[in-house]
Amino acid sequence: MLSASGQIGSGFLETSFARGIALEPHVIGCDAGSTDAGPYYLGAGKPHFPRAGVKRDMRLMMLGRQQVGVPLIIGSCGFAGGDAGVDWMVDIVQEIARDEGLTVRLATVRSEQDKAYLKRCLRDGRITALHPAPPISEEVIDRSAHIVGMMGHAPIAHAIDLGAEIVLCGRATDTSLFAVVPLMRGAGAGPAWHAAKILECGTAATVIRRRPDSIMAWVRDDHFDIEPMDPDSQCSPQSVASHTLYENADPFLITEPDGTIDCRASRYEALNDRVVRVHGSRFLPSGHTTIKLEGAERAGCQAIIVAGVREPTILHQLDAWLDAMRERFKPRVHEIFGGRVGPGDYDIHVRVYGRDAVMGRLEPLADRIGHEVGLLFTLTAADEPTVDSIAKTFAHFALHFPIPEWAGLISGLAFPMAPAHVNRGEVFRFNLNHVVTPADALEMFRIDLVTL
Amino acid sequence: MTSSTVPDPPARTTLGDLAKLIRSKNAGPFMLTFDVMFDTEEVYRRVLRSRVLTKAVFAELYRVPEEEVTFFELDAARAIKISIPRPVVQGSRDDGDMYGGQQHALLVTLEMPG
Repeated sequence: MLSASGQIGSGFLETSFARGIALEPHVIGCDAGSTDAGPYYLGAGKPHFPRAGVKRDMRLMMLGRQQVGVPLIIGSCGFAGGDAGVDWMVDIVQEIARDEGLTVRLATVRSEQDKAYLKRCLRDGRITALHPAPPISEEVIDRSAHIVGMMGHAPIAHAIDLGAEIVLCGRATDTSLFAVVPLMRGAGAGPAWHAAKILECGTAATVIRRRPDSIMAWVRDDHFDIEPMDPDSQCSPQSVASHTLYENADPFLITEPDGTIDCRASRYEALNDRVVRVHGSRFLPSGHTTIKLEGAERAGCQAIIVAGVREPTILHQLDAWLDAMRERFKPRVHEIFGGRVGPGDYDIHVRVYGRDAVMGRLEPLADRIGHEVGLLFTLTAADEPTVDSIAKTFAHFALHFPIPEWAGLISGLAFPMAPAHVNRGEVFRFNLNHVVTPADALEMFRIDLVTL
Repeated sequence: MTSSTVPDPPARTTLGDLAKLIRSKNAGPFMLTFDVMFDTEEVYRRVLRSRVLTKAVFAELYRVPEEEVTFFELDAARAIKISIPRPVVQGSRDDGDMYGGQQHALLVTLEMPG
């Protein structure tokens, strides 16, 4: 199986991919998504990577696929894997097919979840919380902007059985899109799943990751071999073993919808200075399917204000100054909105860069402060007109907020730009860390097949 | 003349001196994971033997309950891996590190016992 790149839109060398195609893979795969960049993409239904970069990668993959006639599978389309992301990707594929004069049988496997279905599952006790999880209720489901279920290999296998040449998946586990074809062809489940785990991040498993690029795995009954497609790039036993650390809470046991990848007994052997063979990986079937949910709900509209403080007298009492400023701002908000917006209707949060903005309550050096700090105010309210008014008013109010030591009007914030605030539109929050136990592995996913 | 803003170099060898890579990262929106990787078997074993980084050390350093800390030694990767629930959910109001990529700083300066 050939992994074009760890993330569609992040690129790969044409020469590396061509070398992979020349080795005649049985499947070409590429992951397109993650929760890594935050809840915005699922909530807003917007892609994270630019269309031009995704189209460049997809065009090369489609042309490569045409040469070998094997399934091309893209997982978590549009980054969050919601229906909007799948639609966005279908549009790109259609455009490429038209430009290149290709005829392809295209399947979409959608994973956005119906709220009525999820509420039924909740009532039936078929939704389980992972640890740690925010509380779930029918209200949480109702107020979610989008909820996706992470598909395993089964719906993708079904799409391929129906004759799909290109499969555009909604939210899928990164491993499923690679494991599916080896599993359909009867390769060992342990090697198939473990190899898929290594491939999903492209060249992340190489000794020195020069750039995102193509990597190949040969999956057999009891082992797999892994080789980067750039001849100047290498895999070592340590680099491959290390990859199960990346982004996983547990490096030995990785949970999939239909079981667990078990790397506890995996042995890593260098076949030469570029190729690694892995023995001993197992897949422990759970006997039933569990589908992980990802949900994002709207958290309002936000504006930010960036400011610096250099004056030592303010720095000595920074928290007290910032707290008092926000407390004394409350009546001002009451005034400007005629009482329509109260203290519970907006939030003003501040990060103090140079002190504890990065680590928050984990920061042991929070009592140390340098000669200057950067402040990032984050203002949130229900809608943009409200937050815009609050941000404009607050910037001015905070600028001149007094300290006891100085008599007379001060300007205590150094704004690097005007206007001092930036409206950044809608914001979202993750609201689910739960799994559903569906009746079968297909019921949560919708498969459609078209010929382009 | 010494500048008061630049800390003195640590007198002892730190974990950062010995590791080939120390990093932190989200493991999904609700978990945070830390990887400490070594170039050679000898250094990896030396660090493990020193007990400079254990479950208890980590819990104290990051002020989280020890029962929330999972601690792994991966011999094949010559790596130590630690996972904890994220102190705040990724992308929530109080989160300042969307990818969780800068939370490992405290491990870099951990001093080896003398």
